[in-house]
Amino acid sequence: MKELSELKFPENLRYAESHEWLDAEGGTAKIGISDYAQDQLGDVVYVELPEVGKSFAKAAPFGSVESVKAVSELYMPVGGKVVAVNRALDGSPELVNKDPYGEGWMIAIEPSTPDEAKLLFTRQSYLDKLKG
Amino acid sequence: MTEFPGATGLVQNEPLLWEQGRKGRCGFSLPRRDVERSTVPEGLAGDGPDFPDLSEVDVVRHYTRLSQWNFSVDTGMYPLGSCTMKYNPKTNERQAAAPGFANAHPLLPAALCQGGLELMAALECLLAEITGMDAVTLQPGAGAHGELTGMLIFHAYYQHRGKPRSKIIVPDTAHGTNPASAALCGYAAVPVASSARGVLAPETVAAVMDEDTAGIMVTNPNTLGLFEENIKAVADIVHARGGLVYGDGANMNAVMGLVNMAEIGIDVLHLNLHKTFSTPHGGGGPGAGPVCVRRHLEPFLPVPRVRMAGGTYELSEDHPLSIGKLQAFWGNMGNLIRAYSYILSLGAENLKRASELAVLNANYIKERLKGTFHLPHDRPCMHECVFSDKLQQAHKVTTLDVAKRLMDYGFHPPTIYFPLVVHGAIMIEPTETESKQTLDLFIETMQAIAAEARETPDSLRQAPTRCKRRRLDETAAARKPCLRG
Repeated sequence: MKELSELKFPENLRYAESHEWLDAEGGTAKIGISDYAQDQLGDVVYVELPEVGKSFAKAAPFGSVESVKAVSELYMPVGGKVVAVNRALDGSPELVNKDPYGEGWMIAIEPSTPDEAKLLFTRQSYLDKLKG
Repeated sequence: MTEFPGATGLVQNEPLLWEQGRKGRCGFSLPRRDVERSTVPEGLAGDGPDFPDLSEVDVVRHYTRLSQWNFSVDTGMYPLGSCTMKYNPKTNERQAAAPGFANAHPLLPAALCQGGLELMAALECLLAEITGMDAVTLQPGAGAHGELTGMLIFHAYYQHRGKPRSKIIVPDTAHGTNPASAALCGYAAVPVASSARGVLAPETVAAVMDEDTAGIMVTNPNTLGLFEENIKAVADIVHARGGLVYGDGANMNAVMGLVNMAEIGIDVLHLNLHKTFSTPHGGGGPGAGPVCVRRHLEPFLPVPRVRMAGGTYELSEDHPLSIGKLQAFWGNMGNLIRAYSYILSLGAENLKRASELAVLNANYIKERLKGTFHLPHDRPCMHECVFSDKLQQAHKVTTLDVAKRLMDYGFHPPTIYFPLVVHGAIMIEPTETESKQTLDLFIETMQAIAAEARETPDSLRQAPTRCKRRRLDETAAARKPCLRG
């Protein structure tokens, strides 16, 4: 596992307590898991994602990610309706490890309340939390 | 210099049987046909399976060699936490192989298998006595099947009362199968966190328990190896709202004859005969997961049930509220015989002693290894203790590295990365059957590995180096599994 200083946390994203990131720029918001989360999980071997069109409340589980260590649930950083799912992860779950903020994105949603994202951690407050 | 059990010797390679077959080889001869030839009905005929032609010695060597690659509780210490890999006494095998049992056809009428039925009735009584519960079914084929049985009983109970409920409370220190069993019965699992002491706090349960919640599933002792000391208060809260308490008895090995499950408020409890009662374990089964209930839930137990009528035993289907039949024939009879043999061999006093020794052994390891490995909950444990790799993180050595290195020293790795509430968990359950000498050797091994983590961390990341197979690519195995020969 890596040191915190070796991990990347882009400035433009928001982060959840349960280690998902949210890219709220633009109308739809993309969701994935942070560099820290993928590093802790180890090699991801399967990602289970919802159908397009499903709606979830904030903090509701929307899928799961399986690594060689364990299966972990994925939680909505904000409430919303799923408008796109990254089907590339079906055949290439390793994208979550290789590029957690890019090709490893998981779902895109239409947030139900636009302002909910502001309650999430910023890069700095997420880092502070990880440092404990 | 301590001599550790791990060593290397000549280990044979062994290709797949399909690669060894040669046309015309044969391992047996069919007896001469002494009946008229007849044709196979259409629809039943077809090509046979693709089996290679092999001689008897081909097959014997194949499986003998594969068994030599394996590790079992007959080979060495197998401290797999929460799985209770205790020694399986050989007398159990002898009893199960008795021709009266081993050759009985599962479709024999009750009149011709009174011995088998008597054993089942007697085993039900013994399990009820050991747990303090009132009635028992022996049908479920494994622990998780027992959980499913328990959840079906919950469901039938509320159905019968005309008020179905939709949720089940499951603590974060429960076995992973608990929420799955609840979900299979249509219940939504409501997770609750354990306290900083690693056990359930009554107020946490009170906060979520309502009239739509069927009850709670508690593993006690829990997966941190800690006794749920507030269990009575938790049960009272659940009962006050009309709920039921399910006890996951997978960790019963710690409390045989020490805890009366009915008295601490459990309504339904499953046992794992392949853990607590020394029947074979691993390799995919079969196991056996009897379910014990309090009197008010007895009408819902699966059928058929063994009962005595007019001086003989019979299998009765006459239980209108029963959840039905859950397993072919009578359950995994061979393991029922082995468990019965174990209970009678030990007797009441020694069953209790087995639990006491299981707890003592775990506490001995915990005390001697704390400091060498991080101990998240530093307090007396039950039959297993949970460490983590926190102290090894500075050297970038993980729980996985420690587990792999243990194999080089000749020990089966413990359970790792479970329970999930401990980061990098190393969960050790020595069981009562290991001697102090073996425990000391295991402790010394763990200390040696901790020293290697400081001094030669790279070598640990290469482990195992002495096994038939080096570190396997678990990622490739999971992403691109090869599931055929």
